[in-house]
Amino acid sequence: MQKASGRTASVRQSTSDSQSPRSSLWRSFLFLKKYRNIAFSVYLLALVVNVLSILIPQTIRWIIDAGIIRQDMSILLWSLAGLIGLTVLKGAFDFVLGRWTEVASQGVAYDVRNAIYDKLSSLSFSYHDQAQTGQLLARSISDVERIRFLTGRAILRLFQTSSLMLFTFFALLLMNPLLATLSMLLMPLLAYVAWRFGRLFRPLSLDLQHQLAEMTTVLEQNLRGAKIVKAFAQEDAEIGRFERQNQKWFDLARQQVIVQTQHIPLLDFIASLSTVVIIWLGGRLVIENQLTIGELVAFTTYLGQLISPVRRLGMIIPALAMASASGERIYTILDAQSEVNDAPDAIQLPAIEGNVRFENVSFSYFNQRSVLDKLNFEASAGEVVALLGETGSGKSTVINLIPRFYDVSGGRIRVDGYDIRDVTLNSLRDQIGIVLQETVLFAATIRENIAFGLETVTDAEVIEAAKAAQAHDFIMAMPQGYDTDVGERGVTLSGGQKQRIAIARALLKDPRILLLDDATSSVDTETEHLIQVALERLMRGRTSFIIAQRLSTVRMADKVLVLQDGRVGAAGTHAELLRKSGLYAEIYDRNLRN
Amino acid sequence: MGFSIGTTGIRSGGPRGTLEQYADKVEGRSFNLRVLWHLLVFIRPYAPRMIAALLAMLTASALTLLVPFLVKVAIDGPIADADISALNEIVLVMLLALIGLYLASSTQRFLLSWVGQKVLADLRGALFRHLQILPLAYHDNHIVGVTISRVISDVGVINQLLSQGLITLTGDSLMLAGIIIVMLSLDAQLALVTFSIIPLIILATVVFARRAKRAFRKSRARNAHLIGDLAENLSGIRVIQAFANEESTASKFDEVNQANRDAHIEAISLSFVFIPTVEFLSIVATAIVLLFGGISVASGTLTLGTVIAFLAYVNRFFLPVQELSQLYATMQTAMAGGERVINLLQTEPDVSDKPDAQDMPAVSGRVEFRDVEFGYREGLPVLHRINLDIAPGTTVALVGPTGAGKTSIANLIARFYDVSGGSLRIDGIDVRDVAQRSLRGQMALVSQDPVIFSGTIADNIRFGRPSSSSEDVRAAAEMANVDDFADELPDGLDTEILEDGANLSLGQRQLIAIARAVLADPRILIMDEATSSVDMLTESLIQDALGKLVAGRTAFVIAHRLSTIVNADVICVINDGDLCEMGRHAELLARDGLYAALYRQQFVEAVA
Repeated sequence: MQKASGRTASVRQSTSDSQSPRSSLWRSFLFLKKYRNIAFSVYLLALVVNVLSILIPQTIRWIIDAGIIRQDMSILLWSLAGLIGLTVLKGAFDFVLGRWTEVASQGVAYDVRNAIYDKLSSLSFSYHDQAQTGQLLARSISDVERIRFLTGRAILRLFQTSSLMLFTFFALLLMNPLLATLSMLLMPLLAYVAWRFGRLFRPLSLDLQHQLAEMTTVLEQNLRGAKIVKAFAQEDAEIGRFERQNQKWFDLARQQVIVQTQHIPLLDFIASLSTVVIIWLGGRLVIENQLTIGELVAFTTYLGQLISPVRRLGMIIPALAMASASGERIYTILDAQSEVNDAPDAIQLPAIEGNVRFENVSFSYFNQRSVLDKLNFEASAGEVVALLGETGSGKSTVINLIPRFYDVSGGRIRVDGYDIRDVTLNSLRDQIGIVLQETVLFAATIRENIAFGLETVTDAEVIEAAKAAQAHDFIMAMPQGYDTDVGERGVTLSGGQKQRIAIARALLKDPRILLLDDATSSVDTETEHLIQVALERLMRGRTSFIIAQRLSTVRMADKVLVLQDGRVGAAGTHAELLRKSGLYAEIYDRNLRN
Repeated sequence: MGFSIGTTGIRSGGPRGTLEQYADKVEGRSFNLRVLWHLLVFIRPYAPRMIAALLAMLTASALTLLVPFLVKVAIDGPIADADISALNEIVLVMLLALIGLYLASSTQRFLLSWVGQKVLADLRGALFRHLQILPLAYHDNHIVGVTISRVISDVGVINQLLSQGLITLTGDSLMLAGIIIVMLSLDAQLALVTFSIIPLIILATVVFARRAKRAFRKSRARNAHLIGDLAENLSGIRVIQAFANEESTASKFDEVNQANRDAHIEAISLSFVFIPTVEFLSIVATAIVLLFGGISVASGTLTLGTVIAFLAYVNRFFLPVQELSQLYATMQTAMAGGERVINLLQTEPDVSDKPDAQDMPAVSGRVEFRDVEFGYREGLPVLHRINLDIAPGTTVALVGPTGAGKTSIANLIARFYDVSGGSLRIDGIDVRDVAQRSLRGQMALVSQDPVIFSGTIADNIRFGRPSSSSEDVRAAAEMANVDDFADELPDGLDTEILEDGANLSLGQRQLIAIARAVLADPRILIMDEATSSVDMLTESLIQDALGKLVAGRTAFVIAHRLSTIVNADVICVINDGDLCEMGRHAELLARDGLYAALYRQQFVEAVA
């Protein structure tokens, strides 16, 4: 294997997965920095709301003791007005508090998603070769949601509930220290049971979700393969496969039911115990004239308004651990280094002629299997180079190296004499057109798909390109012509139609260098012919590299490169090679002649 | 290479993404007796548990209501009279009531949730079994993603119907009725005054529920949009980079991301209005109790304990009222989901075994079409009076333009569809007279895009004969040239295949599909030849494997490759649903008819 010349030795993306949970939580909070004014106000408001929450039961106490028991109507009316006023004020603050929390934490989610997105679009092919789209998606959606919860309501509740507990404790102490201490003792127990519940319950919910996904996979495969299942009369085996997953799901669901049964009634029980304590001890104190009836009612009200925040508090704590794990996964993405970067002193590649030279180019994926081994060849501007060879001989690699989707592990590639690592990626890729077998269209109109990546394009230019790509006719046959939506929410195009759109896209871009795969998937012969014509037009006058699957392509090429084990096994025109190369003759006989 | 006459329609790819738009709730009636009735059938096996659960619920509600009453008794009695031993007694009763409540609500919760989850599992199992019975026509006409959402999400929604619908409805109604009765019997006048707040709570909840539904639907849609955009960009990331288009896609994503953020903030803000509103109403109710109760206490017509009990009951009053007012919206979605699930369960298969269907005896492989007519939809015939008699062991190439009816012919042989006229006989037996599975057990299918299931390569080969030994699997793999690539993999045939066969090339997947057919050792083989190009080495392996597979069997091949067509025993040229020419390659060329025209046009163009 080649030792690279100092630039990109390792293809593995460096990731820092040695992050401690604490630093991951801390980094998540740093995202709040941008919203620090809002966040600060929110915490201040939370204190104000707590003060109001403390005042409300006191007012009720006052109403009972001073208004009802002493039968003072004016105190009764005034304090009732006060009670309603306090509630309105608290409601207004609660609204602002909730909304600002949401603004800040949704803002964090938005920022993190943008950051992930920007990072992912800058990471090179070798990252995406290893990453699974589904996982990246899960990180950008559910992991970000957990970070949002963490930076928003989770921590706010933690703060609000603990300060409310503290305030309440003081208020109770002022009324009666003994009763206060005894009744507050139940709160840590409540929090503990809630915490235990959350710790057991959340992982189970995740397991259930995963199991549902497993079931979905079995179901999806069964539905997609319905014809095969029927053809091989395997319905019973399939039912067995599904039932096994279904049973696993039910077992998990049952565990979840058990965990719920063990905890939720217990939480209610502990909460109600406080009433018993207050009536029992408080009743004695009232009898001994150490407590008023109003205070007794205030005690129950205070504890009553603490119960649900404390229960939630307990359940938030396990969520913190999960948020921290989510954070770690997200930071693994954000910290990944792209293999392919602009050099610090990269220059803009000027408009090129299209001379491409491979000088001793070596390449291996992930530092493992050597794919190209000191490959040398040259393509002059305007030449059509057909690449031929068995699977794994390095054809696609040659095509992937020219736009720097990967960097070479050894040697260099020159375009018009420039080492492609010395110029900016954008200026290089702007002058290269690519048409691959698997054509990706985006959920947009046909026009937007053809004009993809180009800033200023007129309709006339789009139509001209589509005509040259033999795509105009089928586009016009669609109800909305060029404005037809394709992809997820629109029309589904056939493989051949997609390919012609890709050709139109490349034509419109008018690149000097063209990279092609002439394999046409699932198209009928007529379409195949149309594609051939379009491809020939596209290649005219450009330096083209084409992975050849067809005799016609090989005949048309100015130069045929037969790759074998990462080297040039034979090179020349079709006619020359047929005369002098045994390797070529063999491939020709077996595959091209038909 | 590259020779093909016609092609079958390309199955549109990945409907997974369209799931969201179909799954978007179509709202139905909130109470649909038919749906409820059919769901009850699933609950019936657990009737004893349900009855026990309802009894526990009744007990729990009664005990919940008892506690504030005991507080009142304590305040008016022992506390007012300074009787500590009486206070102790009441506190003891209270404690016992709480323990009883704990036991009753544990029982109720466990039983109801258990039954709920069990019913979900049963429903999913029933749906899956039913999907296996439904004919291919159903699967051809329904997007996979939509069917998945029936089995997964719609059934999940039914859980809401069961737990929130039945449980909330019964539980909350009981509680509410209990509170009202207790309050009325404690003091009818004060109770009636307090109840004046109820219309306001209902109004607030209904107004909120309606707006919230709209807002949350919008935020769900925005979220789906965000996921869709992200998924699309991630899978197209190579193209985006190739066209150096990172910036403009990033700014598009930014818009979607922003819209998602704003919709979420708006939706959640509604609850920040709603919660304080309810809190306010509850304080107003408290104030009413304190005011009117206070006046009554002053005039001596009411005890202080009653006022305090009223405060507790008012507090408990709000939750059930709120839940009941929200129930309507939940029930609407749940009923709609339930309706879709029940409809699917009741879809009648239009290809089914006759009641007296016998098993197909061992087949030698003669296939006859007698005046076969067929159409997927009424009035749109696809095949007209096809007559064909194929001797056992013959390889038949079906050739013709797209839409001519080649696939339909293949589908009829395996009885994926039933003929609309005439009959199709195998070894002289009408295929409609025998059990479907016994018929298909003697056939095998190699489809155009090979279907790969999760599991190992060996599992996939074993698919049609799950009980095959590893030696048999190995032999089939060798015959189909699977071993060529499998032996280079770390675990050989036991290599796990990634999702969607991502670690295999298309050609390799085709080889596995062939090995699967080899192992099944069918008498009749139906094959839809792939049109996709694979690399040249694999292509020759596939051709070689196919040659071995068809030998000695009756084979119907929807042919795209010249070599397949030339080597066939009989070529059937299908055009517009008619069998227009039949014979060997040379004969048909000599006849200079449709086949010769197709051949010249396509072969000459492809190579020239």
